[in-house]
Amino acid sequence: MLEIKNLSVEVEGKGILKEVNLKIEDGESCVLFGPNGSGKSTLIQAIAGNPNYRVTGGAIFFNGKDITEMAADERVKQGIGVVFQQPPAVRGVKLLDLLKHIHSDENRIKSVASELNMSHFLERDVNLGFSGGELKRSEMLQLLLMEPDLSLFDEPDSGVDIENLELIGKAMNALLKREKPRVRKASGLIITHLGSIMQYVLVDRGFIMLDGTIVCSGNPQELLENIKENGYEECARCRQ
Amino acid sequence: MQTVDERAKEALNKKAPYGEDINIEDYEEPVTTPSVDPGDRERLLDIGIQESGRSGTYMQFDSSVLREETLQEGIEVMSINRALEKYDWLRDYWWKAVQVDQDKYTAYSQLHPVKGYFIRALPGVKSRFPVQSCLYMKGSDILQNVHNIIIAEEGSELDIITGCAVGEKSNRGLHIGISEFYVKKGAKLSFTMIHSWGEDVAVRPRSGAIVEGTFLSNYVNMRPTKSTQMYPVSYVKDNATVRYSTIVVAKEGSNIDVGSRAHLEGKGAKTEMISRGISTGGNAYLRGDIVGKAEGVKGHLECRGLILGEKGMIYSVPELTATLSDVDLSHEAAIGKIAEEEIFYLMSRGLSEEEATSVIVRGFLSVDIKGLPPALDAEIKKIIDSSISSL
Repeated sequence: MLEIKNLSVEVEGKGILKEVNLKIEDGESCVLFGPNGSGKSTLIQAIAGNPNYRVTGGAIFFNGKDITEMAADERVKQGIGVVFQQPPAVRGVKLLDLLKHIHSDENRIKSVASELNMSHFLERDVNLGFSGGELKRSEMLQLLLMEPDLSLFDEPDSGVDIENLELIGKAMNALLKREKPRVRKASGLIITHLGSIMQYVLVDRGFIMLDGTIVCSGNPQELLENIKENGYEECARCRQ
Repeated sequence: MQTVDERAKEALNKKAPYGEDINIEDYEEPVTTPSVDPGDRERLLDIGIQESGRSGTYMQFDSSVLREETLQEGIEVMSINRALEKYDWLRDYWWKAVQVDQDKYTAYSQLHPVKGYFIRALPGVKSRFPVQSCLYMKGSDILQNVHNIIIAEEGSELDIITGCAVGEKSNRGLHIGISEFYVKKGAKLSFTMIHSWGEDVAVRPRSGAIVEGTFLSNYVNMRPTKSTQMYPVSYVKDNATVRYSTIVVAKEGSNIDVGSRAHLEGKGAKTEMISRGISTGGNAYLRGDIVGKAEGVKGHLECRGLILGEKGMIYSVPELTATLSDVDLSHEAAIGKIAEEEIFYLMSRGLSEEEATSVIVRGFLSVDIKGLPPALDAEIKKIIDSSISSL
């Protein structure tokens, strides 16, 4: 599905990612752990094609195709979707109007919105004055309508209460087709700080990022327990 | 006491405080009566002038009145000249909401032959459809001198859409337009003005309103204009409300200087002013002024500007004045460019860069004009929409 080779990325002239290598297979969902500032969000922004995140080396392949130079909207057409941690508000643009750009069937839009308790937000300006949980639900709603093959989640569990977390977890499972292991192609990469989303979404593999590089991969639960017990300092030591 | 003419004569050389000083003598008063060609009809549609769904029509080309008709009882639509002949009392409304000696343009208007419209809703009458008026400059190098009076009598409801355009984009001209609005107790008047002048047209509207009921004034100017300057003013009486909504786009070569001013002089008077300005290379001045002079008045002014491209200028001046403590006046103003972050966000939802930009601009201009009949609201949105695609 996704293969990242020796990817280096800089933001505003500052190198953040250094030769990152990462592979996600068809139907696989992975988590990416790492302390604040380690470059997790940068990786997601680079995969999504944010022009402020400049690729200085390496390449990103999606379904075998080099997408490193592709514009963000082209990547969406290839099958990539992102749930942002802090999506911007778009004043004057109704959420429903944005969703109509994403999906042509208004009935489908309304039914997914209702599942996510977002019906009352369809006539509101996109993300304007939304609370933390509302922002995440709005993002999930957009992704569910986009139906990407690869979903990237930037901290879907940050700033969200238990009730919302459960709803978001349910939506993520639907998006990643976790309940259909035999036929699924849908894959995911989830950034999580505290791992709370893992109580709701079963993931296959975990990575740890430190200082702009992937240092470790393995069983996600074991990695999480290790981090909780020993912190990231232990990872840094282990790396040496 | 000085007569109106005497006051006008004294103000003949009085420059306006804002906008370029126009040499009025460079333009001539039209002498011929133009005809309406298919091209004109098309341009009329662009500014909201249509054949059906109207309670009345006033149409003036250059200085010729081509149509003055009403289709609803209790709604009067006629040329101002005919109205002044018909109603002696109308003299009491002449230069009461606008000062004749405000500047050289008002002075000129008074001292020269003038046309214009008179639109009135009789007490308690509600217009079923909007009344439309059209001021069209077909000839070149001409001066169009207009004086309008609009009266919404007690308890009436009246919607007016007025469109202004030129015959040829390259036409040179000067439009002086005096408009005096009188909104009586319990009445509601909405007045929507669509400007579609040309690249070489100077426009000097001078509007005033005396409001005892509710007055909604909407202004849309998204086409090139050499120089448009206006600062409509309203005098808001006890518990009356005035709302100004303004949408302007200054293209390269355009100078647009538009403000709204409200004197809240009656107890509990309210005003809200919302303006959106875009510059794609021209100069836009967005002004607003609220003066709180009575107990319990409330006013809010919101102005947002967006600069698209490398050239262009937006100058925003919100002003508030209070002469007593029991007032609630506020303003907010912001100018910027389109946030790249928002474009990327929409692109990450599958929109192309162009689509994303257009959606954001559309959103920026989507001012909720409250209180309009839904059909008229949809019409105005359509006019704005079609102008966005030509940005």
